[in-house]
Amino acid sequence: MNKENNQVLLEIQNLHKQYGETTVLDGINLSVHKGEVVVVLGPSGCGKSTLLRCLNGLETIQEGDITFYGKSITGKNVNWQETRQKIGMVFQDYDLFPHMTVIENIMLGPTRVQKRDKQEALQQATQLLDRVGLLERKDAYPRQLSGGQKQRIAIVRALCMNPEIMLFDEVTAALDPEMVREVLDVILGLAKQGMTMVIVTHEMGFARAVADRVLFVDAGKICEISEPDEFFTSPKTERAQQFLNIFQYHQ
Amino acid sequence: MQNLGISVLFEGTALQRLFSGLLVTASIAFISIVIAFVLGIGVGLLRTSNSKVIRYSCKLYLEMFRIIPILVWLFIVFFGVTAAFDLDLDGKVVAVIVFSLWGTAEMGDIVRGALESLPRHQIESGKALGLNFWGLYKYVLIPQAVRRMLPGAINLATRMVKTTSLVVMIGVIDVVKVGQQIIERSILKAPAAPLWIYGLIFILYFLICYPLSRLSKKLEMKWEQ
Repeated sequence: MNKENNQVLLEIQNLHKQYGETTVLDGINLSVHKGEVVVVLGPSGCGKSTLLRCLNGLETIQEGDITFYGKSITGKNVNWQETRQKIGMVFQDYDLFPHMTVIENIMLGPTRVQKRDKQEALQQATQLLDRVGLLERKDAYPRQLSGGQKQRIAIVRALCMNPEIMLFDEVTAALDPEMVREVLDVILGLAKQGMTMVIVTHEMGFARAVADRVLFVDAGKICEISEPDEFFTSPKTERAQQFLNIFQYHQ
Repeated sequence: MQNLGISVLFEGTALQRLFSGLLVTASIAFISIVIAFVLGIGVGLLRTSNSKVIRYSCKLYLEMFRIIPILVWLFIVFFGVTAAFDLDLDGKVVAVIVFSLWGTAEMGDIVRGALESLPRHQIESGKALGLNFWGLYKYVLIPQAVRRMLPGAINLATRMVKTTSLVVMIGVIDVVKVGQQIIERSILKAPAAPLWIYGLIFILYFLICYPLSRLSKKLEMKWEQ
């Protein structure tokens, strides 16, 4: 992807985040270009999920700045209701609303937050559901669905808001291994369509396939930013090498 | 064996009086429960507020009703507050005020418990969709909390119905008081009268409370489906 020609969608400058005394993010700098897929890798507890949550205002930050389309989205005066419509997020625990059917879950944002026309939103929801192969489950309740299905619905729910960028926070980590594929395929499909995404994952094969750039984070710092092939074949840092060895052992 | 005592129920206007007493009991309970449930949702929201001052004042309010017996509250308002502010309040009005305040505090606690028991990521995924504070509560949190607070709320309602029997102490003639009056009048000629009168009162309370627990079961089943 020729990101040089594209505008910077999201820019993180010198981001610091602390929980009490513990530093979780220690000076993160990153630019995400339109249409780019950035995969964030790193050991558990390195701060990668926190990084993603900062981008959506779910965490407050202590220092640094995040800009979205050149506008700062840090501090107290951010209209998060507005901004979050543009920044879709899918979490690890398939957090559909259990008291609503699939279609109600998807329609909530478009009709109640964006106040869009119901017919038009329904049409888009139907198309998206069809695309992830779950149209016939539109009147089911979340408890009637498998984990993989729930996660695909959660993705559709976020997509139906027409976001500019999607954040995925270990969306397959809680899934049965057999269901990982169906969810990753949906995300891969989005990447092919040119959706801008920041993905936190532990699926190395997937990371390699989907990423334009791989970001390796350790102890709250970015250790390495590389092209995926380069990262997986010859990582620049020793820390990344160690990290990859662990996964090779698994395979 | 001519008189088993059951006849006291059918003498004169005894039944009629018992039912009018029941009406007093039921109306105090019903009005207080409705007020308590509506205001209790508000107090429950305040108790999950970010402000410590608001949280602690609401907690203090609840503890005041938990620590001080309801009977004492009835006395405080009926004898104390009315005298201090030179008010002339009917016992029934005082009863509704005290029971509403108590019910609101308890209901607030039930609502708080239900809200806090909801998984945190429900809030986060609601926020991630761009819902504002009210939208989050209206579409995501309250509908889920209602399901969780139902058993506690019904329990509270039946407790409130039963506790209304205290209103006798501030001069309100409720179903229990009417029963006592009938017993006192007929105790000499029908020594078994208390059994029949209190037996009937038992059934009357049951008739009020049982439908409530049936209703809660029904709703739970319906939401379970």
